[in-house]
Amino acid sequence: MDASFFATFWAALIAFGILVYVVLDGFDLGVGILFGITRDEAARRTMVSAIAPVWDGNETWLVLVGASLFGAFPAVYAIFLPAFYLPVALLLFALIFRGVAFEFRERAIRTRPLWDTGFFLGSLIVAFVQGAAIGTMVTELPVLNGRYAGSAFEWVAPFPILCGIGLVLGYALLGAGWLVLKTEGPVHERARRQMIWLLVGVAVFVAVAFAGALRLHIRMADRWATSPGLLVLPLLLVLSALAVFVSLRREGSDHIPFIGAVTMVVLAYLMLVTSFWPYMIPFSVTIEDAAAPVESLSFMFWGAGLIVPPVVLIYTAIVYWVFRGKTSKTSTY
Amino acid sequence: MGVVTGIVMAFQFGTNWSVLSERTGAIQGPLLGYEAFTAFLLEASFFGVVMFGRQRVAPWFYLLSCVMVALGTTLSSFWIMANNSWMQVPVGHAIIDDKIVPTDWIAIIGGWVFHVRWLHMLLAAYLTTAMVVAATGAWYLLRRRFMSEGRLMLRYGLGLVGVLIPLQLVIGHLNGDYTQLHQPSKFTAIEGRWQTEQPARLILFAWPDPQNERNLFEIAVPALGSFIDTGNFTSMEPGIVTIPPDERPPIAVPFFGFRIMVGIGLLMLGLSWLGLALWATGRLDDSRRFLQLTALSFPIGFVAVIAGWYTAEVGRQPWVVFGLLRTNDAHTPTLSGGEVLTTLIGYTLVYGVVYSFGFYYIARLIWEGPGAPTGRIEGGTGMRPMAAAGDADTATGSSVRVARPSAATPKE
Repeated sequence: MDASFFATFWAALIAFGILVYVVLDGFDLGVGILFGITRDEAARRTMVSAIAPVWDGNETWLVLVGASLFGAFPAVYAIFLPAFYLPVALLLFALIFRGVAFEFRERAIRTRPLWDTGFFLGSLIVAFVQGAAIGTMVTELPVLNGRYAGSAFEWVAPFPILCGIGLVLGYALLGAGWLVLKTEGPVHERARRQMIWLLVGVAVFVAVAFAGALRLHIRMADRWATSPGLLVLPLLLVLSALAVFVSLRREGSDHIPFIGAVTMVVLAYLMLVTSFWPYMIPFSVTIEDAAAPVESLSFMFWGAGLIVPPVVLIYTAIVYWVFRGKTSKTSTY
Repeated sequence: MGVVTGIVMAFQFGTNWSVLSERTGAIQGPLLGYEAFTAFLLEASFFGVVMFGRQRVAPWFYLLSCVMVALGTTLSSFWIMANNSWMQVPVGHAIIDDKIVPTDWIAIIGGWVFHVRWLHMLLAAYLTTAMVVAATGAWYLLRRRFMSEGRLMLRYGLGLVGVLIPLQLVIGHLNGDYTQLHQPSKFTAIEGRWQTEQPARLILFAWPDPQNERNLFEIAVPALGSFIDTGNFTSMEPGIVTIPPDERPPIAVPFFGFRIMVGIGLLMLGLSWLGLALWATGRLDDSRRFLQLTALSFPIGFVAVIAGWYTAEVGRQPWVVFGLLRTNDAHTPTLSGGEVLTTLIGYTLVYGVVYSFGFYYIARLIWEGPGAPTGRIEGGTGMRPMAAAGDADTATGSSVRVARPSAATPKE
C-alpha cells in the first residue's frame, strides 16, 4: 500500500465523517432551531427529550473529523481554520452554550429563559456558520504558498450567507423529520406542517446554490457538462423531495419523512463532493498536496483507521437501537 | 462541561497556531487524532449509556460501559501526554523541507520522559478527585448530614491520598530528573539560582528579579540544592546565567508554580497521614479541627495541577516545541492582535458564565447529597447526575429531591 492509498483512505473517511456529522448533528441542531420557534414548555420538553440521549454522540463526529483532518491533512487544517477564525470562535461559543444550556435548563427556573435562548441561538449559529463556511470554500479561499492569504471576513459575502441560511433550513428539515419520527401529539403534528414549508425552502436553496456555484466555477461546470451521468444526483434529490411531500400528506408513515430528508441531505452533499473532488480546498489544494507523510498516515491507519470507523458505526447503531421508538413512551428511563 | 469546553483546545491548534500545525502536524496530528479516536470510541459512546441507559441495558453491560468510560479517559490522557511530552522533549523526528516529520513512533510513544510525565498526571488526577471526595465527606460530618456516607467518603479519600501521595512525590522527582537532563532552561528557572554554585543552595523562597539577574528576599538552605539535583552535597549546579537570555522562560512563573505544586503535595502528605493516624486511633470523626482543615482542602488538588502545568508550559518558553520551534514563530501569520483579543474576551466571558453556573450546580449537587434520586424519574430526560441538582421542581429533569422535604413530592 502506497502513500496515495493512505491519503485517499483518510480523505474518504473524512468525507464520510462529515456526511454522518451533517446528518446526525444536523437533526439535533434542527430540533434546537425549531425549539426556538415554539413557546410551549411541554412541547419544548418533548423536543429536548427526543434528542437528549444522542446529541452528545452526534457532536463527537465533528471531533472525529477534526482529528482526522489534523492528523492526515495538517496543511488543510492550517489553511481552513485561520480563514474562518472569527466564525470558528462563534461556532465554538455556540456549541459550548448549546451544550451547557441543554444540561442547565433542566434545573433552572429563574434562569431557564437564558438557557433556552442559548440553546436556540446556539443551534441556529452553529448551523449558519457551517453553511457559510461551505459557501466560502465554494467561492474559493485565497491561498498563497500553501498558507491562507485572505482576511478574517472572507465569509461575509452573498454566496456564503445564502449557504448559511440554506443549511439552517436543511438542518431544520432534518430536525422536523426527527420529531415526526420520534414524537406524538401536538409536537408531531406541528413538525409535519413545518416540514412542508422547509421542504420548499430547501429545494429552492439547493437549486439556487447549485446554479450559483456552476456560474462561479468554469471547472466545476465542465465536470458536470462532461459527465452527464452525475445528473442522476439532482434527479434523485427531486424524487426524494417528492417522496417526503407525499408521505407528509398521509398519516401513519412516520419514517418516510425523516428517511427522505436524510436522503436529500446525502444527495446534496454528494453533489458538493463530486463537484470538487480531489480538491480539499477548491481549486488550490488537492488531497495529495495536503497529505501528511506516509509514516503519519500509516501510523494512524493501522491503529485507528482500520478499527475505529466500523466500531463506531456499530456502536452508533446500537445506541440508536437502544433508544428507538417514540420519545413520549420512552422518556421515563 | 468538560467536553464542550475541551473542543476549543483542538481547534486552537489550527486557528491560532497554524504554523505549528503545518510544521509539526505530521507528529502532533496523529497523536491528538488517536486521543480523539479513543475518546470518541469509549467515552462519548458509552457515556450515553452510563448517563441515560441504566434501565435499558443489562447490568453487566452497564458495568462494562462504566469501565469503558474510565478506560477511555485513561487512554485519552495517554495520548495527550504523549503529545505534550513530545513538545517538551522532541524525539523520533527528522526535519524534511522545513517540516518536522516522524521517523520513529516507538520512540515518540515509548520514551521514558513521556511515561514518567503521564504517570505524574494520572496520579495528580486521582489525588485531586480523592481530595474532593475526602473534603466533601469531612464537610458532611461537620454539618452532621449523610453521616454514614460522609465517613466512608472521608476514609476512602484520605486512604487513597495517603497511598498515592508518596508515589507521586517519587514520580515528581523523576520529572525533575528529565527536566534537569533535557530542559536546563526550565530547570534552572525552577531552582531559581542565578549563578552557578558549588555546592548549590536550595532556594525555598525568593522574589526573582530578571532585570538584574538576582533574587530579592531570598531564603535558602546551603548545599541541599546539590543533594536534590545529584544525590551528593558537593556537586556544582549551573545557574540561570548559563542559559542565553533569549532562551530563558519568564522566571517567576515556573519558580512559584513549582513551589505551589510541591507545597500542596507536602500538605496532602501531612493531611492524609494525620488523618490515617486519627483513624487508626479512632478519633477521626470527632476531630473538628482536622475535619475543617480537610473540608477546606477541597480545591487544593486543582490548584496543584494548574500550578504544575504552568510550571511545565511556561517553563518551556520561549519554545513551543522545545529547541525546534519558537512560540513566536508558530502562530497564525494572518491573525491580527485585535482578532485574538476579541476571541480571548469572548472565551473568557463564555467560560466565566458557563463555569460560574457549573460551580453553582456542582455545589448544589454536593449540598443535596447522596439522597438525590437514583430511581425512575417520571417525565424526566433521564438519570443525569446534574439533573438532580438545582431549583427546578418541574423541569424536564428530576423533580424529586429527598434532601428537601418541601420538594419531596413532585408537582406533576
